Amino acid sequence: MTPPPSSARSQFFLGARSFIPIAISIASYGVVWGVLAGQAGLTPLEVALMSGLVYAGSSQFVALTLWSPGALPIGAIVFAVAIVNLRMMLMSATLRPLMQDLPRWQALPAMFLVSDEVWAITIAENAKGRGSVGFFLGAGTLAWCAWLGSTLGGRLLGAVISDPRTYGLDFAFTATFLALLFGMWKGKSDLVPWLAGALIAILVAQLLPGTWYIIAGGIGGSLIGALVEDWRLRHVA
Amino acid sequence: MSLEALLTILGMAAVTFAIRAGGLLLADRLPTTGFIALWLRNIPGAVLASLIAPELIKGGPAAWIAGGAATLAYLIGRNVFATIVVGVLAIFLARRFLGL
Repeated sequence: MTPPPSSARSQFFLGARSFIPIAISIASYGVVWGVLAGQAGLTPLEVALMSGLVYAGSSQFVALTLWSPGALPIGAIVFAVAIVNLRMMLMSATLRPLMQDLPRWQALPAMFLVSDEVWAITIAENAKGRGSVGFFLGAGTLAWCAWLGSTLGGRLLGAVISDPRTYGLDFAFTATFLALLFGMWKGKSDLVPWLAGALIAILVAQLLPGTWYIIAGGIGGSLIGALVEDWRLRHVA
Repeated sequence: MSLEALLTILGMAAVTFAIRAGGLLLADRLPTTGFIALWLRNIPGAVLASLIAPELIKGGPAAWIAGGAATLAYLIGRNVFATIVVGVLAIFLARRFLGL
């Protein structure tokens, strides 16, 4: 059954309402990111611009680890962000059927709202036969507001914390990455790229200066994982 | 705000939007099976593992305890924020009371 066009607005609010619990969780680690952004030397304006325009949590955490005011490695940051966000290409691709009713000049800007969480809830709703563009836009708009508001809030709040190590806040990055990593678990085949990436990163971190280990482990680990999985699919059927 | 910072943020925004929009444009041509698809799917996990592992090595016993506590917290609650809170609290306590 195709919903009548008048329900686009109600679909928007349904999407936003369904997203509220996830938005709370996004906002809580948005606050953490904001605090860490302050420690990394980002001004509140830079925080607002980055969260508002980039709007991609994991990659913004990675960007912070590379951020050094005065000598910003622009190329390395943009490259690392691209690597971390590449997965979103597959997400947008799977939203194509949902976007078919929209003209391309509307569908393309709408893709700005794609994130792990918004994509997942839209696809889940779609699987029940209820997904729609309005639902996607509603969930995405709330996600964007939650991310922008919480990161800016965290940045302003974090101004009162002088030494993050005192409170163990330096470990917040590692804990965040751990939680995001576990959230990606789909099965035993994930172990190969994860362990390979970890080992390569540890090795490269000893050998090369800077943060090359992130890119080396990310590309090396994922390639090894794909090679092993591909070989297994061909030979162990 | 420095020009450098502005350019970095705009570069991050441009490349991220290009990826998001690119997926829609290339939907018919992106491989859903085969080596490239497997590779793309494995990238985020490998990047996160690469971020975590050297930090855990560098952080010593306090970081290992906190990493274990955070892992346990995730397995119990499946919640990102709770995992961060437990991890931070664990490293705070380990440094403070175990002298690690």
